[in-house]
Amino acid sequence: MSASSETVEKRLTRMALVRKRFARNKLAVAGLVILVAMFVLAFVGPFFGKHSWDSLDFFNLLQPPSREHFFGTSQIGGDVYALTLRGLQKSLIIGILVAIFSTGLAAIAGGFAGFYGGKVDRSVMWIIDALLVLPSFLIIAVMSPWFRGRTWLIFVVLLAAFGWMITARIIRSATMSLRERDFVRAAIYMGIPARKIVFRHLLPNVASILIIDATLNVGGTILSETGLSYLGFGVQPPDVSLGSLIAEGTASALTYPWLFMFAGAALVLTVLAVSFVGDGLRDAFDPGSAMGKKL
Amino acid sequence: MSNNLIEIRNLAVSFPSEAGVVQAVRDVSLDIRAGEVLGIVGESGSGKTVMSLAMIRLLARTASISGSIIHDGVDLLQLSDDAMSKYRGKEISMIFQDPLSALNPVHTIGHQIIEALQIHSEMNKNDALKRAIELLEIVGIPRPAERAQSYPHEFSGGMRQRVMIALAIANRPKVILADEPTTALDVTVQAQILDLLKTARDMTGAAVVLVTHDLGVVAGLADRVAIMYAGKIVEIGPVEEVFAQPAMPYTIGLLRSIPRIDTVGSSRLTSISGAPVSPINLPKGCAFVPRCPAASDVCTVKTPELVSLSPTRMTACVRQGEIFALQDAGKLFQTGPVHVAPETTSDEVTLEVRGLTKTFPLMKGVLLRRRTGSVYAVDGVDLVLRRGRSLALVGESGCGKTTTLIEILNMVAPESGTISILGRNVAELSRSERLGMRKDLQIVFQDPFASLDPRLPIGDAIAEPLGNFGMSKADQENRVKELLELVGLNQSQASKYPNEFSGGQRQRIAIARALALNPQIVALDEPVSALDVSVRAGVLNLLAELQEKLNLSYLFVSHDLAVVQHVADDIAVMYLGSIVESGPVRDVFAHPKHPYTQALLSAVPIPDPKIERTRTRIILQGELPSPANPPSGCRFHNRCHVRSTLSPELAEKCSVVRPEMLKIGTGSVACHAPLK
Ligand SMILES: Nc1ncnc2c1ncn2[C@@H]1O[C@H](COP(=O)(O)OP(=O)(O)OP(=O)(O)O)[C@@H](O)[C@H]1O
Ligand code: SF4
Ligand code: SF4
Ligand SMILES: [Mg+2]
Repeated sequence: MSASSETVEKRLTRMALVRKRFARNKLAVAGLVILVAMFVLAFVGPFFGKHSWDSLDFFNLLQPPSREHFFGTSQIGGDVYALTLRGLQKSLIIGILVAIFSTGLAAIAGGFAGFYGGKVDRSVMWIIDALLVLPSFLIIAVMSPWFRGRTWLIFVVLLAAFGWMITARIIRSATMSLRERDFVRAAIYMGIPARKIVFRHLLPNVASILIIDATLNVGGTILSETGLSYLGFGVQPPDVSLGSLIAEGTASALTYPWLFMFAGAALVLTVLAVSFVGDGLRDAFDPGSAMGKKL
Repeated sequence: MSNNLIEIRNLAVSFPSEAGVVQAVRDVSLDIRAGEVLGIVGESGSGKTVMSLAMIRLLARTASISGSIIHDGVDLLQLSDDAMSKYRGKEISMIFQDPLSALNPVHTIGHQIIEALQIHSEMNKNDALKRAIELLEIVGIPRPAERAQSYPHEFSGGMRQRVMIALAIANRPKVILADEPTTALDVTVQAQILDLLKTARDMTGAAVVLVTHDLGVVAGLADRVAIMYAGKIVEIGPVEEVFAQPAMPYTIGLLRSIPRIDTVGSSRLTSISGAPVSPINLPKGCAFVPRCPAASDVCTVKTPELVSLSPTRMTACVRQGEIFALQDAGKLFQTGPVHVAPETTSDEVTLEVRGLTKTFPLMKGVLLRRRTGSVYAVDGVDLVLRRGRSLALVGESGCGKTTTLIEILNMVAPESGTISILGRNVAELSRSERLGMRKDLQIVFQDPFASLDPRLPIGDAIAEPLGNFGMSKADQENRVKELLELVGLNQSQASKYPNEFSGGQRQRIAIARALALNPQIVALDEPVSALDVSVRAGVLNLLAELQEKLNLSYLFVSHDLAVVQHVADDIAVMYLGSIVESGPVRDVFAHPKHPYTQALLSAVPIPDPKIERTRTRIILQGELPSPANPPSGCRFHNRCHVRSTLSPELAEKCSVVRPEMLKIGTGSVACHAPLK
């Protein structure tokens, strides 16, 4: 089929519209740029430093930022610049992956449970209730010997697996009421399969909840990850994450501010950027938002 | 002194909103005369409610109000809240559209009337109770002493509205404001309430301000009518004169755009283009300019004032004189095609329903839920729809119309009975055949605000079924364009979200989506009842045009008989889950045979004061019984007005034996009474 060349104005699909509306939101675009910049910094930055994160400079202990050590050094002579970037790598990936996995899982479980109702709903709700009453920390602790030494990505999966239930419940009740709406019934009578109804009609209509959840999850995960690393997996010392750097640095925040400041700033910047992007996405998806009206 | 009870002068009400200042009422001056019934008509958002709420000062705190409302030499707008509450209910009382939210759910009906009585007069409890029971009796509540102990939720909609009227007349007010008092009710109940309102007026001698969008109601009840558009009164005058010769273009269009049940055969509906304006950032000049066929340059420059046309009438139109002098002002507007029942259509049956039954379990108990009974939502329905024709399924709310439709659309074997679509029994369809059949049967829902996904651009919504049935992307684009043009929209609107369209446009989009797969049957569930009166005609004309062009079969579900008369060829009248009469629309409307059909038709108000006032009306007793506990024998026997004229044996039979559908003339009727 040849696309007619004389079509004056091409029809924009939802994805095209969402992209366009997102692009119009300056703050959101700035957020996205910052986020990309953080990734670049985390992965490319270390090549510009003079020390690697795991080498120790015994002649410079607890030195303030200098030419040699851009962000200063730690108590044992670690290069804070290299450590911060190393932590940023881990935390960015963990934060964003966990947010995507857990919110995604919540969306899918809640969306399908709400749409199908009946048996599917009962099974999903049973799993959710079971996971909610199970002491997740205890389980992780019991299982931790098995995780030891394995890739820290398991950690991401675990964090996501224990963090989706509340959101899934919210999504479930939201989709349950959406299911009764005529536009969903119209889709059913047009023969649209359930999978498409959930992804095309139900989830976009609860996009605001999902986006807020994902946004909060990024910051939350980065901070709570340290708590779990005490249990013996995740990011293990001597390896670092933003969380662990902040946890260790806070004690000496006033006396040796560089230990804490840079990791703290990286975290604040990441969380801010993510929330700008989240707000932008939310407005881009919501045709009622003032941002979108200007099209 | 004039006999004006209330003089409204230069009333303006506006609300702040995100999009700008909403000028809900703009410079309205109006007199309400003692003892008159003043009808206020206008589309949704035209400011009717805001104006009437301003009179009893019940507007939201954010409202800014200017002008004056003089009653008895006092400007109500200047009164303190305390002083105003002495007027409310005593001098001016109000009847709301939704009586459930206007009544206090935690107090008994009797308590609320007693309270209303005691606020405004020194009455002791016993006298007040006596008077309350008396009032309930006046408004037709059976066993009033007993019912006074009931709570609002124990009453049906019609009964609650009766209680509201009792409350409204309790203190013999001088003015009763009734805001859409019957909009939420079924026609047969509406007829009862309108009747009661008349009685209430006669008893109290109060002036009644009747706010409504139904011109038929105004034609029957009002002495004068005021038509509102975008916050302004654009025409006012005696009902007979305005209906006989409307003088402002909007009124002209409006009166010609409404379908009427009494004009069988001539189905021309005038359609007013465009959509009602929202009263935000209104430009200078006449607000009707974008839709007015008579608009000229002066209209955008000069803001029309409400000025006298004759001693009794006023209009707001800068071309007042010219337009009033026109011989046939109706020619100003476009009219739709004349819809003639297609005689030439084949006899091919596209949809056949036999003995369809659907019951819902009635559950009781909190811990152990068990089935204690059944709701007979649909109980033996027969329908036959032929190619290229429209079959209307009519009946009051709760009679099972929508359930019937859903059962058909589900395309699975019903509880009992059969459904055949295009000659195939749906019970025998395989999964993939059923999916294929969905192409042939599509639906348009009642509320276009609910039937389109708010987060899906309309182009995507229309393309959705196409993609689902495997059409290529490029073909989809062409088809979307074609469909949008078919329903009178254009390609450039495809990338917009539903919230950027008006109700009428949305319904067009929903129709385009339903037609995407080239269906042969389209189910229309009250397709215009959620739309503004002035845009209904456009959608109805479109439906008629499409049917002719595409040879569609319509299954048209509606409670609005006037609309049915205009679009349908055949009709099936439903009462409490079963069909009581069916046949060609023309014959059924001209000579309704079943007592229920007769009552239903006589209850529909006709927007013509001459006819409406001289008609004899059958006012039914009571309301639709609950389908969980349907009456024995003929389901209609407890409300039937014919039964009392029958011989005792026949009357007995009515309450014992359920009548069968029998072929009589061109139609079928289920009734024991001997019919001509
Ligand atoms: N409390 C409020 N705040 C803001 N805007 C309001 C408020 N109440 C009414 N409006 C606006 O004022 C305008 C007139 O509303 P109004 O309720 O009087 O219309 P109406 O003619 O009674 O319509 P309907 O037929 O739907 O009852 C509308 O645009 C409405 O959105
Ligand atoms: S003033 Fe002009 S636009 Fe308004 S109704 Fe009259 S002719 Fe039409
Ligand atoms: S069968 Fe009897 S009760 Fe029923 S409609 Fe006919 S006359 Fe009335
Ligand atoms: Mg209103």
